Amino acid sequence: MAQRNGGYGSGPLIYRQTLLTRATHWVWAVSLFFLMLTGLQIFNAYPSLHLGNESGFEYDNALLEIGARQVGDAVQGYTRIGPWVFDTTGVLGVQGDAVQAFPAALTIPSNQSLATGRIIHFFFAWVLVGTLAVWAVASAISGHLRQLVPTGRDLAALPRDLADHARLRFHHGRGYNVLQKLAYAGVLFVALPLMILTGLSMSPSFNAIAPWLLEVLGGRQTARTLHFVVMLALVGFFIVHMLMIVAAGPLNELRSIVTGWYRVDAEKRDGHDA
Amino acid sequence: MTLDRRRFLRAGLLGATAVLSGCKVLDGANVQGSVTRGVFEAVSPLTYRAQRLLGGGHSLAPEYTDADIRQGQRPNGSTDPDGAEYRALAAAGFEDYVLRVTGMVEQPLVLTYAEVQAMPARTQITRHDCVEGWSCIAKWTGVPLGLVLDRARPFPEARFAVFHCYDAIERGLSGEVRYYESIDLIDAHHPQTILAYGMNGAALPIANGAPLRLRVERQLGYKMAKYVHTIELVDSFAGLGFGRGSYWADRGYEWYAGI
Repeated sequence: MAQRNGGYGSGPLIYRQTLLTRATHWVWAVSLFFLMLTGLQIFNAYPSLHLGNESGFEYDNALLEIGARQVGDAVQGYTRIGPWVFDTTGVLGVQGDAVQAFPAALTIPSNQSLATGRIIHFFFAWVLVGTLAVWAVASAISGHLRQLVPTGRDLAALPRDLADHARLRFHHGRGYNVLQKLAYAGVLFVALPLMILTGLSMSPSFNAIAPWLLEVLGGRQTARTLHFVVMLALVGFFIVHMLMIVAAGPLNELRSIVTGWYRVDAEKRDGHDA
Repeated sequence: MTLDRRRFLRAGLLGATAVLSGCKVLDGANVQGSVTRGVFEAVSPLTYRAQRLLGGGHSLAPEYTDADIRQGQRPNGSTDPDGAEYRALAAAGFEDYVLRVTGMVEQPLVLTYAEVQAMPARTQITRHDCVEGWSCIAKWTGVPLGLVLDRARPFPEARFAVFHCYDAIERGLSGEVRYYESIDLIDAHHPQTILAYGMNGAALPIANGAPLRLRVERQLGYKMAKYVHTIELVDSFAGLGFGRGSYWADRGYEWYAGI
């Protein structure tokens, strides 16, 4: 392992993550955990996603619908995506005696309570927005923001980096590699801002403040649908993030995001940028 | 190094506990009056102030066109109040209905349905957003609430307009619990805040709140009380329900529903 990765674990410990990066990372991790699970609680109150400004009751503009229906003697849970209907009994729509879209294990609180889900959701929304703002300002000043933006050289190295990742050959350098930059920049500059904007666009009071945003996003129900889709993208990021940590050496990765100290690979003679 | 490792383990353990106990982890927040819930609820005034700061008193909710009305207005909550007084009014086509304006006003009012409808009217095509997540567009016609309040001349100390309604969603041990709502005087004087008696070009149906319902276009549906019979001007919520200013606020929802 050590040799295959070009001297993994043989380089010096470097101070890679500042206190601000580490602290905000964990605040975001906790916030996103609660935001997602309270979000599913809120979704369960009306488990359909539509396009446009309103929800079609007398016409169909739904993209996704999770529900329950009587089939013979049994209650079947179903998930409809566009024209396709899937039997999702046991997972979505119906779980045992419970008739709800997402199961209790995926909602906060575990009982059905839209009111409680909402107050916890908005609490962590404020925490997320506040810490993002502090982080963005401080990181712009310190130059950390630039470390997340891929350079031309990074992009030129993209094919090789992709190939290395595919073969689980990781380089542990001082900076982020191009795939890391793309993933982190995608979350911090695209996904989270989109979550905030689509979330705000579901607020009738914010619609009065910024009606243009509602138009850009294609209406309130489209904003709600996008909010859900970007949530799925963030879940996808989380899964890949966890896999990469395990594959790249979990103790070293965890140490760097807890203490800041990260062991880099030994310098290679050819000066390969890690 | 050992210290580092211990810290990882502790962090990992904490994380695992949070995930394993899954979603029961914040179930304590269900309890009204609990410290946990209090912490989460503390951001609601922050949302209220931020939105008032950005939107001021008069930012307008988006209005739509006739072409955007593609379906009837979905009724929610009470759809057919069964109190004797309301049934009698409905049977007579609301001819005997009166709207009362009471509380902290110089001039308490008793307006007949005809008098309400004779006042200057506003018609607006707006989107109704339910707290559950759905939206529906409809055309509303009614008298701006501000005009009614101007006639009643609220005292300077008055801070909220409370709407008392005919409908009861639940029956408790001490009798039925009537629906009520309240808004601040900024929303009360907002140009799109109307007492509606017409919907989609016809008389307001019973399912949607006849004879008179509130429209507060910058807030969620539950703020828009249906079956209103009395508007009371107050300076605090003490003595109303559980003291949180609305039927649903008493049941854990935010009093301010701008989001």
